[in-house]
Amino acid sequence: MHVEFLLHLADSALVLGHRNSEWCGHGPVLEQDIAITNISLDLIGQARNFYQYAAVLRNDGSTEDSLAYLRDVREFRNPLLVEQPNGDWAHTILRQFFMSNFQYELYRWLAAQEDEQLAAICNKALKEVTYHLRWSSEWVIRLGDGTEESKQRMLRAIDDLWTFTGELFTRVPYEPMDPAMFSNNYQQRITEIFTEATLPVPSDVYFQQGGKTGLHSEHLGFVLAEMQFMQRAYPGASW
Amino acid sequence: MPRKFYYGDIPDAQGAGTNATSTNTSNEKDWPLWEVFIRSKQGLDHKHVGSLHAADAAMAIENARDVYTRRMEGISIWVVESKYVHASNPDDAGAFYEPANDKVYRHPTFYDLPDELSHM
Repeated sequence: MHVEFLLHLADSALVLGHRNSEWCGHGPVLEQDIAITNISLDLIGQARNFYQYAAVLRNDGSTEDSLAYLRDVREFRNPLLVEQPNGDWAHTILRQFFMSNFQYELYRWLAAQEDEQLAAICNKALKEVTYHLRWSSEWVIRLGDGTEESKQRMLRAIDDLWTFTGELFTRVPYEPMDPAMFSNNYQQRITEIFTEATLPVPSDVYFQQGGKTGLHSEHLGFVLAEMQFMQRAYPGASW
Repeated sequence: MPRKFYYGDIPDAQGAGTNATSTNTSNEKDWPLWEVFIRSKQGLDHKHVGSLHAADAAMAIENARDVYTRRMEGISIWVVESKYVHASNPDDAGAFYEPANDKVYRHPTFYDLPDELSHM
């Protein structure tokens, strides 16, 4: 298994988990504050498993912590989608829906591959992602088919985030499979949920690329600055 | 702070699926309250664990999953909108419960059980 691919899986989960964690204490209602934080913890847990496995394969003294806290922006392999700012609840929900939809297909495929360690991690993560997908799908429907304002917010979120979804399906050298193979199921789910949400499925074909190979938007640097500050300022600090 | 409603005293206008026409805008945006019951193991009964707010039953079950089963508390969830739970009035406690105090003969403790009988 390509270590860079494991880092891609880990970074994707960590950055999205960190973004969601920014909602902690700020959720629209207490119940959803807990829900989005639970999803954060699921994703950060998945990231830990991928990092731990990557650290073993690297066999160079790196640990899950050094991989998460001591790499710089250009070394991160997450797609641009997950580093986009939270925006309003509609943006956060839609970002989660796109990513969970993709992760569901990706993990399901990896869970059936020969690499037993990775298959076990993905099998466990798949249960979590199944819930994330269900939860975010229902929110897309609820907001899209809700009030005039919630619909406008969903439309704006689609405008802002759609352009980052194509990258998920563009193969980069370290990927063991062509992610385009997941595109049919993914698109089908988008169409199904957007239709129920009375939201239009965009037909744009221009997509931003770069995150998976380390060319990130300006947002990731700020994410890392906050997330890595403690370990950078007080190396080796623990509690 | 929106008013917190207790069991059974939620006005219909605040219920799920209704469009509250109250002039109180904070209440209009409030989701109805739901009571949550969790079953911890197969075979046991569902126990009341608390309440939460949700827009509909599906959201109430998911909120219950997120709020009340994070530490492996259960394997089954029931939710019921709080307005459908009717409760006895604490003021009636005297008339309701005290008459039972001096009627010990209602307990099945005055029978001689044969020694062979177990599990009683």
